[in-house]
Amino acid sequence: MTRYASVLELIGSTPVVDVSALSPKANVAIWAKLEGRNPAGSVKDRVALSLVEAAERDGRLIPGQGGQTLIEPSSGNTGIALALVCRLRGYHLKVVLPTNVSPERRQLLEVFGAEIIDSPGNEGSNGAVRLAQALSAENPEWVFLYQYANPANPLAHYNSTAPEIVADVPEITHFVAGLGTSGTLMGVGRFLKEKLPHVQVWAVEPPSGEIVDGLRSLDDGYVPPIFIDNNGEELLDRKIIVRPRESIEWTRRLSELGLFVGISSGAAMAGAVKCARTIPDDETATIVVIIADDGWKYLSTGAWSDDIDEVVERARTTIYF
Amino acid sequence: MGGESVIAVEGDTVGEVLLRLTTTYPGIKGQLLNDDGTLHRFLNVYVNDDDVRYLGGVQASIANNDEITLLPAVAGGAW
Repeated sequence: MTRYASVLELIGSTPVVDVSALSPKANVAIWAKLEGRNPAGSVKDRVALSLVEAAERDGRLIPGQGGQTLIEPSSGNTGIALALVCRLRGYHLKVVLPTNVSPERRQLLEVFGAEIIDSPGNEGSNGAVRLAQALSAENPEWVFLYQYANPANPLAHYNSTAPEIVADVPEITHFVAGLGTSGTLMGVGRFLKEKLPHVQVWAVEPPSGEIVDGLRSLDDGYVPPIFIDNNGEELLDRKIIVRPRESIEWTRRLSELGLFVGISSGAAMAGAVKCARTIPDDETATIVVIIADDGWKYLSTGAWSDDIDEVVERARTTIYF
Repeated sequence: MGGESVIAVEGDTVGEVLLRLTTTYPGIKGQLLNDDGTLHRFLNVYVNDDDVRYLGGVQASIANNDEITLLPAVAGGAW
């Protein structure tokens, strides 16, 4: 089908492309699922639509009436995706955003009419979550969908991302994605463990703790409730860390194959490559890795063109993910 | 820790290393381990690149020159 009544119908059904040319082992295939093809530009379009539709089903949101206000903490993509959905559904969106995200994200939020509430950059995403919680408590008439705790977040991936992966890459043996809210990993992971229990589910985490100097104490730490609700520790088979330099390096390597992707996708690809290296030579494997968004929002970081040492140093103060 | 970001500690398991760390820097004990010896829920411990919660937790064994990284759990919403 190539005619659509609404942009919202363009969400999902993203393509997968063979990136095995970057696999370190000839016996391991790697397929990249291109979530940047979603209309607001990231995997979060699926989540935003799922969150809003769930709230409409349970009556917290009433479409078409106008005047209802939503608030959500986001370091970028969820806010942008929610802004698109809210504009089309007639809601007003307030996004709590750390001050140190790349400027393109702020502009995209403004494109779709969202209001930005600044949270302290040195407190990172955790600070944005805390401020949104506080503002929501002070303004109970605002609807707080809270992607970190809302089952509609992983459900979006259980219902759409995961079935698409299994239909397009039925030979999948390993699934690799960034952790973030854990929505992708919990939703896709749960579907895979039910339908294809041999599939290994790997989480990739960027070391944001190194750059977030507001985290003076572990009491400022945070584990998303959806991770706990889905028994994340049991669902995941491995969780690995990817450093800023590797993330930038693999973002650049993907461009060799014509893939212009965001820096968290470089991190996910670095994770897929580490996963591939663990496969014995006498076995075959097929890894599916989530490419969460495209590179447009990160051009101002110089990630593709500047000296890599400078880009890595900048990553200590700017949220690239 | 005491202004240092990289320090050398001996031990055969992650738990041994963390315990030894808390004898050198007693102030951080509650930040690393619970009273029952398990990892603090907001602490992520990596041996080289791997989160030890998926390698056996504090029992995970370590080898010479392994690098252990301690990071607080952070909410990342942009993925």
